Amino acid sequence: MAGDVLEATWTAARRATGQGMARRNVGDRIFRLVTAAFALGLLAIVASIVLVLGYESSDAVRTFGLGFLSGSAWDPVAREFGALPFIYGTLVSSLLALAQAVPLSIGTALFLSELAPARVRAPVSFLIELLATIPSVVYGLWGIFVLVPWMRSYLGPALQATLGWTPFFSGPNYGVGMLTSSMILAVMIVPYVTSVATEVFQAVPPQQREAALALGATRWEMIRTAVLPYGQTGVIGAVMLGLGRAIGETMAVTMVIGNRADMSLSFFAPGSTMASVIANEFSEATYDLYVQVLVEIGLVLFVVTVVVNMLARLLVWRVAAPAAGAR
Amino acid sequence: MSYATRRRRDVIARSLTLACTGAVLLPLVLIIGYLIAKGVTSVNLDFFTQLPKPVGETGGGMANAVVGTVVLILLACALGLPVGIGTGVFLAEYGHTRLAPLVRFCADVLNGVPSIVIGIYAYTLIVLPTKTFSAYAGGMALGVIMLPIVARTTEEMLRLVPSSLREAALALGVPSWRTTLRIVIRTARGGIITGVMLAVARVAGETAPLLFTAFGNQFWHHGLSGPISSLPVQIYTYAISPFDDWHRQAWAGALVLLTLIALTSLSVRLLTRGRFKTVR
Amino acid sequence: MRTLIRGGLATLLLVLTFGGSAAAQLQLNGAGATFPYPMYSKWFNVYTQVDPQVRFNYQSIGSGGGIKQITEETVDFGASDGPMTDEQMRAAPGPIMHFPTVMGAVVLTYNAEGVSKGLKLSPEAIAGIFLGKITKWNDAAIAADNPGANLPARDIIVVHRSDGSGTSYIFTDYLSKVSRDWNNKVGKGTSVSWPVGLGGKGNEGVTGLIKQTPFSLGYVELIYAQQNELPFADVKNASGRFVAPSLESVTAAAASVADSMPDDFRVSITNAPSPDAYPISGMTWLLVYQKQKDAAKGKALVGFLQWMMRDGQQQAAALHYAQLPPQVIAKEGAALKKVTGPDGAPLAK
Repeated sequence: MAGDVLEATWTAARRATGQGMARRNVGDRIFRLVTAAFALGLLAIVASIVLVLGYESSDAVRTFGLGFLSGSAWDPVAREFGALPFIYGTLVSSLLALAQAVPLSIGTALFLSELAPARVRAPVSFLIELLATIPSVVYGLWGIFVLVPWMRSYLGPALQATLGWTPFFSGPNYGVGMLTSSMILAVMIVPYVTSVATEVFQAVPPQQREAALALGATRWEMIRTAVLPYGQTGVIGAVMLGLGRAIGETMAVTMVIGNRADMSLSFFAPGSTMASVIANEFSEATYDLYVQVLVEIGLVLFVVTVVVNMLARLLVWRVAAPAAGAR
Repeated sequence: MSYATRRRRDVIARSLTLACTGAVLLPLVLIIGYLIAKGVTSVNLDFFTQLPKPVGETGGGMANAVVGTVVLILLACALGLPVGIGTGVFLAEYGHTRLAPLVRFCADVLNGVPSIVIGIYAYTLIVLPTKTFSAYAGGMALGVIMLPIVARTTEEMLRLVPSSLREAALALGVPSWRTTLRIVIRTARGGIITGVMLAVARVAGETAPLLFTAFGNQFWHHGLSGPISSLPVQIYTYAISPFDDWHRQAWAGALVLLTLIALTSLSVRLLTRGRFKTVR
Repeated sequence: MRTLIRGGLATLLLVLTFGGSAAAQLQLNGAGATFPYPMYSKWFNVYTQVDPQVRFNYQSIGSGGGIKQITEETVDFGASDGPMTDEQMRAAPGPIMHFPTVMGAVVLTYNAEGVSKGLKLSPEAIAGIFLGKITKWNDAAIAADNPGANLPARDIIVVHRSDGSGTSYIFTDYLSKVSRDWNNKVGKGTSVSWPVGLGGKGNEGVTGLIKQTPFSLGYVELIYAQQNELPFADVKNASGRFVAPSLESVTAAAASVADSMPDDFRVSITNAPSPDAYPISGMTWLLVYQKQKDAAKGKALVGFLQWMMRDGQQQAAALHYAQLPPQVIAKEGAALKKVTGPDGAPLAK
């Protein structure tokens, strides 16, 4: 008797849950489909960016081929287009920026991860993050009215006086130019490099540090023997991340680089980057081929930044990922 | 090497890192100092209520640009939030599926795409077919830039929700999709909002993708399917102009823009400090 | 309470969607030349009182941009100081008409300590400077025309436009006429491959750069130099006289072509033969589709053009632009009758 009741309850419960399961599965399936649709939406956007860039530049690619990347003429009147001056400008300004930003960032990251007391660390890293939130156009504004005059009247002449004999600091100093834009870029990428480098250093296992200290190392010796070697790959990743930022940066650079499609060894010389030439000429390129050529520069820019960013991620992950958990 | 030398090197190295930190913070002080010094006197009622004056005449304000920036951000959110959060949920909940790594990869790719390239994309896809520069095109460009930031922070925040919460809900017989919606997302709400705010702070200052999408407007925008003014573009136009009065207003505009962004990031800080910390 | 909040939200949404311009019925968008931008922004501002129903939004992105965007039909009207070439006209989806609005002078403006207003420049000197053959302020080619002037032994920093520009078109059109070397090496166009110099975006950007850069020299529309109190040069014209850019000297240049104005108004007035003419004078045009797709917008556009030819012209002098000669206005009025709505009926009253 009692067994029958139990049995009946059991069956009823099972039936009920079974129905519940079915309904639940439908709900789950719908939910999964909806979120998957959004995810596919993101995929579609990325795919369509590639398609748009590829399709809208196909004529230019066909006309100029690979020579486009090595051609140095940029003459819209004669319909001669070569991207080399912009690739050169992008490379030089970005590398110059790295040369300034990387030592500063690593120093700051070491300070934050190894030396600063917790009380100082939080506000300082907040301020550095704040540097990353300043819009590009505000950097540009500051560049035009503060940095450029300063470069023209003080830093430029001083560099000419001391290093003017090298090809890099010869020639007229306009105030605007490669060096000025690289300085702005350096300020802009410092927060990215610093924060990733700090993370990388923090990921160094404490045992490493403790071992060094136990052997009687000073803080600096500990950093040199335990932290830096361990973090090397990650720091390179951080630098690459900064490079990716610098390459794609547009407004601040456009405002202080001088906008000239030319290649010069002098860091004082005005130049142009892939991003700045698009910003300057895209809305006014008067014939199809001209537009196509600018889109092709956009495509090159896209490919370069994607490759640089992916490399950066790989490098950072190899170091920081195991410590940072399941990312 | 004597201990004294080693000691000295240590001191030098420590001071160097300190000097680096100082050098990194110096530009921040300089930029904010200049913004306040040059901008603060021009941030007045006119700035928020008046339209720009014709070239060369003094006075006027950026009311249309302030409103325009708000409109563009709202439009960006309309695209960026559902797709971004949806993608984030997908990545967190169905991270084991074959689609997930590809989506994650694409989000990272998108995050690295220079904003000017997104501008070309929105111009080709929206401005050319609709035959007009529009707030929609600008909002779409900004929305695409927001997407990966929102998606990845959502994913990370959802992963931070303790699995015990999820298991408890499932054990009570709550379907897994409702668990995700009612329990997991709700718990991670603070974190998701943080991600959204960060994304908003990032796109609020974007100029390059707006140059040939939202374009500009010296009057109020007239519906969303026409050009619209925005603070960053207005600052750019004024900054490269030769007119002193426009320079004055560019500084004011930059100060206002930076204040808006700083307030957004600051509220993120407060949010993460308050409710959200319990989640962690 | 709840309805109040809802009402408030709805109003906010409306304001955000339509801005504060709910009063205006129509907004027309235009883009192009920076050369006449001070004039246009004044006109479009005044015109909000003439016809409160219409707003003309004009963005000065450069003449190249004006031509490009009108061709793509992304704007309702374009503006350029260089006439569209035949090839560009063919690329457009329909016939485009050029309507002259005002005339102005492209001046050589400079920022060189010790060199005062009224530096005298010959066409040879100008071409030499922009070809990079004359690099110093005290070069013999400049000194010869400026006896007694205190010319510094400094490098000339040349500033030109970085964007597609009608001002560049007028300037290079002039240089191509006066210098064979320039014609062979560079040619004329809205954007050319500059042998030397820094690039600035728009007349605004070039003026800004010159103002910021000591010992620089560049070319801008007259008003940009005047509003910024920069000195500008007298240029030797076709009849060998040094003429300062002014309303009168631009008008004199236009007078020489007024009677021979072609029907499509695409004409160059650089290096005009008249002895009083300033040689680097230019005309600037609005670019309008002959067949308007939107009757309301077309009507508004024609209305504005008619106002511009009558009342608008009176305001030109205050901003140092020269009025169009009466013959040109008369001819333009006739041309305006050809602008039609989508049904093919003329829009002009």
